[in-house]
Amino acid sequence: MEPNEHLFRREAGRMVATLTRIFGVHNLALAEDVVQDAFCRALEVWSLRGMPENPSAWLMATAKNRALDVLRRERTARAFAPELGRLLESEWTLAPAMEDLFAASAIKDDQLRMMFSCCHPRLPEESQVALILHILCGFSVDEVAGAFVNTFAATQKRITRAKKILAGSKRLFDVTVTAEFSSRLPVVLRTLYLLFNEGYHGASAETAVRVELCHEAMRLVAIVLDQPLGKAPAAHALLALMCLNAARLPARIDSSGDLHSLFDQDRSQWDWQLLSEGLRFLELSAAGSELTEYHIEAGIAAAHAQATRTEETDWKAIVSLYDLLIALNPSPIVALNRAIAIAQNEGPERGLAEIQSIGDSDRLVAYPFYSAALGELELRCGKREIARRHFSAAFALARNPMERRFLGGRIAVCERDATP
Amino acid sequence: MSEFLFLYRGADRGGSPEQLQQRMQKWTAWMKELTAKGHMKDQGHPLERSGKVVKGKQKTVIDGPFAESKDLVGGYTLIEARDLAQAVELSKGCPIFEAESAVLEVRPIMIMNI
Repeated sequence: MEPNEHLFRREAGRMVATLTRIFGVHNLALAEDVVQDAFCRALEVWSLRGMPENPSAWLMATAKNRALDVLRRERTARAFAPELGRLLESEWTLAPAMEDLFAASAIKDDQLRMMFSCCHPRLPEESQVALILHILCGFSVDEVAGAFVNTFAATQKRITRAKKILAGSKRLFDVTVTAEFSSRLPVVLRTLYLLFNEGYHGASAETAVRVELCHEAMRLVAIVLDQPLGKAPAAHALLALMCLNAARLPARIDSSGDLHSLFDQDRSQWDWQLLSEGLRFLELSAAGSELTEYHIEAGIAAAHAQATRTEETDWKAIVSLYDLLIALNPSPIVALNRAIAIAQNEGPERGLAEIQSIGDSDRLVAYPFYSAALGELELRCGKREIARRHFSAAFALARNPMERRFLGGRIAVCERDATP
Repeated sequence: MSEFLFLYRGADRGGSPEQLQQRMQKWTAWMKELTAKGHMKDQGHPLERSGKVVKGKQKTVIDGPFAESKDLVGGYTLIEARDLAQAVELSKGCPIFEAESAVLEVRPIMIMNI
């Protein structure tokens, strides 16, 4: 059988989460060793004998057996999870306890526990995301460094430090205490949001979109939503926004690997099933009075989704959503997107004026799509030479071949149109 | 057709889950190709890294194979090939060679009926 494209990664996260629950968070490194060992066995056996019917179950069973070995061998020398305590100490209770601990629902809870534990208040946001990717999504340090366009050394340092803090916390986060769950939930959602965005808009040197990061973020939000306490409006809104944006991915990068802006995407390529799921989550997110950034961003994505052609887009509604968003999050990137929507609604001159009035634009200058937006609007005003210069500036800042091809194409349009 | 034993030593055990999965998929593809071309006599078995060695007239029992871990036989496969040269050629497609320390021993099985 053909295994899932990233089966090992996903299983790595599940196994580490469960083993850490059993061994205790202070034994995180031990859990990681056992997982690596299980993978080595899998590789050795499967290489010659082929994949088993159910590779996930095989890996989990191997991890369980290894864990039993470790518990039996080291229970006098080492302290394991304090909350499991005596269950693991006696042979009478060990086997049945392990059965329960490796049940499917327990494994899901373990991932949730680990997710919340990784969002430790003492960790900066970047470390939380890196830790989640590393522990729960099975990315190696190298792969995390690739995902965040960072050096190996810096990423390793960040992850090592983060693991030390995680392993130093007395126990894993208790996801059954309502008050604590609710107070950490926003941090968890924020981290998953950053993970998704890194995949969607990331600054990767190889590709403009890393679909697997988007999918991992969506998988983890779904785990949060699976928990009664996790069914918060903000979590529904976040998954809505992810679905609605991810649905456009097939059109954002076409089959020849070219990047397409929202305006010239082949909308028939959108994933309509994912769109309708997104709309369903958006509906669920409307329970209660809480209005988060995720709600508004999902609303904007929904407005785009509901237009089968670019010309049918309700720009007026989108501009007012951006007005709300900027009140909640006055970031220059939000301001830039708002200006682009205004240009669609009231013409390129108004859009340009809006861009020029963005206060904190220093941070935008290094962002290729700032210059690209200026270029696009100048081009629409008929100022081809100015437009070309903006696109050239954007080209110089482009971060991967897809962005370069896209911006190169825009420069060519300016030059082609300039010669009658 | 003659038969040959492939003995695998020094396979790479490290790597991220993603790398391990890719390596596994290469093995699967290689084994599939050997089977499709009619070279697979017996896909063999991987071997545990532990064991006992029973030695000499005294039948002394010693713990574990002596070999260093990179020299340990990790598994075997039985291959059919025209001659040793072809068997060696087939062995070169093995994904084990992604590891610097990998050794694949190709040994002809002795024939009973001359």
